[in-house]
Amino acid sequence: MEPESPAPEAPGGLPGPALELRAIDKRFGAVHANRAVSLSVARGSIHGLIGENGAGKSTLMNIVYGFHTADSGEIRVNGRRVVIGRPRDSIEAGIGMVHQHFMLVERFTVLENVVLGAEGGSLLGKGLAEARAGLARLGRDYGLDVPLDAETGHLPVGMQQRVEILKALHHRADILILDEPTSVLTPPEADQLFRMLALLRDQGKTVILVTHKLREIMAITDRVTVMRQGAVVHETATRDTTPRALAEQIVGRAVLLRVEKKPARPGPALLEVRNLEVRDRFGVPRVKGATFSLRAGEIVGIAGVSGNGQSELLEALSGIRRPSGGAILLGGRDIAGENVGPRDRRGLGIAHVPEDRLRMGVVGSFSAEDNSILGYEGRPEFSGGGILRRGAIRSGCERKMAAYDIRPPAPRLRITAFSGGNQQKVVMAREIDSKPSVLIVGQPTRGVDIGAIEFIHRRIVELRDAGKAVLVVSVELDEIMGLSDRILVMAGGEFVGEVSGEEANERTLGLMMAGVRGDPRK
Amino acid sequence: MSAPGRLPRWADYGLLPLLNLCAALLISGLVIRLIGESPWAALKLMAAGAFGAQDSVGYTLFYATDFVFTGLAVAVAVHAGVFNIGGEGQAYIGGLGVGLVGLAFGSWSPWIVVPLGIAAACAFGAAWAFVPAWLQARRGSHIVITTIMFNFIASALMTYLLVNVLIKPGQQSPESREFGPGAVMPSVHQALGMIGIPFAPSPFNLASLLALAACLLVWVFIWRTRWGYALRVFGQNPQAALYAGISPQRTILVSMLISGGLAGCLGVNELMGSEHRILLDFPGGAGFVGIAVALMGRNHPAGILAASLLFGALYQGGSQLAFDMPHVNRDMVVLIQGLVILFCGALENIFRVPLAALLCRAGGSGRT
Repeated sequence: MEPESPAPEAPGGLPGPALELRAIDKRFGAVHANRAVSLSVARGSIHGLIGENGAGKSTLMNIVYGFHTADSGEIRVNGRRVVIGRPRDSIEAGIGMVHQHFMLVERFTVLENVVLGAEGGSLLGKGLAEARAGLARLGRDYGLDVPLDAETGHLPVGMQQRVEILKALHHRADILILDEPTSVLTPPEADQLFRMLALLRDQGKTVILVTHKLREIMAITDRVTVMRQGAVVHETATRDTTPRALAEQIVGRAVLLRVEKKPARPGPALLEVRNLEVRDRFGVPRVKGATFSLRAGEIVGIAGVSGNGQSELLEALSGIRRPSGGAILLGGRDIAGENVGPRDRRGLGIAHVPEDRLRMGVVGSFSAEDNSILGYEGRPEFSGGGILRRGAIRSGCERKMAAYDIRPPAPRLRITAFSGGNQQKVVMAREIDSKPSVLIVGQPTRGVDIGAIEFIHRRIVELRDAGKAVLVVSVELDEIMGLSDRILVMAGGEFVGEVSGEEANERTLGLMMAGVRGDPRK
Repeated sequence: MSAPGRLPRWADYGLLPLLNLCAALLISGLVIRLIGESPWAALKLMAAGAFGAQDSVGYTLFYATDFVFTGLAVAVAVHAGVFNIGGEGQAYIGGLGVGLVGLAFGSWSPWIVVPLGIAAACAFGAAWAFVPAWLQARRGSHIVITTIMFNFIASALMTYLLVNVLIKPGQQSPESREFGPGAVMPSVHQALGMIGIPFAPSPFNLASLLALAACLLVWVFIWRTRWGYALRVFGQNPQAALYAGISPQRTILVSMLISGGLAGCLGVNELMGSEHRILLDFPGGAGFVGIAVALMGRNHPAGILAASLLFGALYQGGSQLAFDMPHVNRDMVVLIQGLVILFCGALENIFRVPLAALLCRAGGSGRT
């Protein structure tokens, strides 16, 4: 990095840009998470920060917000150097952060949540009253209407996100950092969020949008900074760039944004689901009467906003959760019962890549090689007479690492030391390598970098072309549309529509995801 | 985000426990100073008491054997994510199994009775662990609570049996009669004597070989079998276990049965190896020391072996100290042991973060 240039005078009375980072450096042990990162964010702008998982965006923002402390470098707010050692320091400097996973107390009312951290004295009454007045004003100014006395946990996700934004504004934030804000929103909700952000910018607030979605960067930001391997590699005005150019900067080479595939040639149905009903542990039905079939040589995508029954459907299909009604027919045999658990289903040829890799797909404290046999440890190639075949496990893992370009190719390395994309490749390799006839994939590329996304998609298409059935559940519409031969839309636990892969577009899918039943062929 | 204070292995397994131990000894030294004795002299007395002579080494190793069994018991359960605090009760009931074999078949050949006693120790200990395990697996009763309760139940049961049923007729103290000659685990000095090596007499007996074998078996089981693999998956990430098709109920039951069986083996060392009869409260808290041993040994058999030696030495050296220093009484020794447990157990992490920061700074400037 070059030595920093003196901050230019900005209009509006205050000197310098709203936020300026100079040569921020941060290491976690052997990982160099931020390499002399310098970044300047102009006041009253929306600045995009984009990069692969593990590129250092989150680390950088966590340093700005005070969750981490930089090893070296400085942070300037409005031209003045600030030392941020904990979140309180950054709040005082006028920085607010909306996290990907909301930091709200679900049982509190909206008002109580907003006041949290700025209660204004040991008795709540006065602070709450002042907050109520202040929030009414904020709501008017920015069009942020939220029922102040509703219990936060009962609000829809989009509304909860507004509460986070309100909270930041109430804490007098001038600089708002949003970390992957659209990952939990429907497309209409995302549009609404973007209108809100534009309004905030026009009122003089500064917004930093951390995302991995090119579409969002192009749609709303004024400037964009690309990070790769801990360093800033590119910065430009958004109007001067294209998605393709950005994608190449992100990955460091030319990439394919569309999935390349030949038309599907579906064969006979391998898996048939009839009238499936799944309840959660509180007895609430999450999947209501799902009926569909998976045919050989076909990728079926399930679109839907997260939390509309997709997870429960995946768990029922893979045998983790017992359905409360209906049938799952595999080659004519009903396997919906409890006595056909995940292990038996693997034996029958159903492989499952779970949605939440770290929660379910891998054991974080295990090495890559130990993770590469999870669920298959009893297979004769991995153990005999109960004793693990260490050599075979190691060489099998090495082979998979080579075939899937998993980096670093170190079977004994802890799985959490790999990037998200490489972790996912370990899981994909494990499941595809088990030679399944049906592959069930939840969120194939969540938290996966663009380069690896391309790779994973290609593997899924290859499996289809080999005559296997694939079910993909994803909240990424682009992914569903790019990958699927047939798309089913889930809302409120029901299938509300079906469209073919070619016919699908964001608008119709978005409407169906919001629960508007349409003629599926329109 | 990486957890704060992750250490390289050598520091985690070597330096950190050493630091904790030193801190405990330092504070113990201060207390000894406070009551007017010389800390240095006390330390020397303890070391001499634990390792100064053949018989004291024998005692140290005898106690260490107890701790290996109970430490392994805790470790196996911990690998499955289960906190078995019931080692004390399982050891006590395991001893009942040994004792019943010793009383019933004591006249038979030791080649039959000793293996039978070991099997009974494992079976009785496992059975005592089974009930809390079943309650946890099937009914969700918290195993920490139930195993603690089962320690009390074991204690009450054994008192009842020893006072009313097993007591040797015609005596006041609640002890059984002596086992027959077949139910005696040969002591090390006898065994060494047979091959011509003289060794001072002590209760150190061949159950220690059983403890070493248990270390090896536990290592193989945990890290080299598919069942151990399943156990660790469940312990580290129950959701992933569910995903992999590993039954939570079965894993809890299996881990607790093994854990209880290991704890039960303490009875082999104490009763077949040393006392040759059943007596009140023979585990003497070794079940609880096992928790500290497992913690300090990082739930690894090699670490448990080392930690057991340390606690064996503390136990034996402490007794010697109480014997030799006029102002140091039995409670004082318990205090020192308590401090070691406190620093190596409950306060295990106080030096972790500063040490990690220190190493990070030292390492960060040089290699990565």
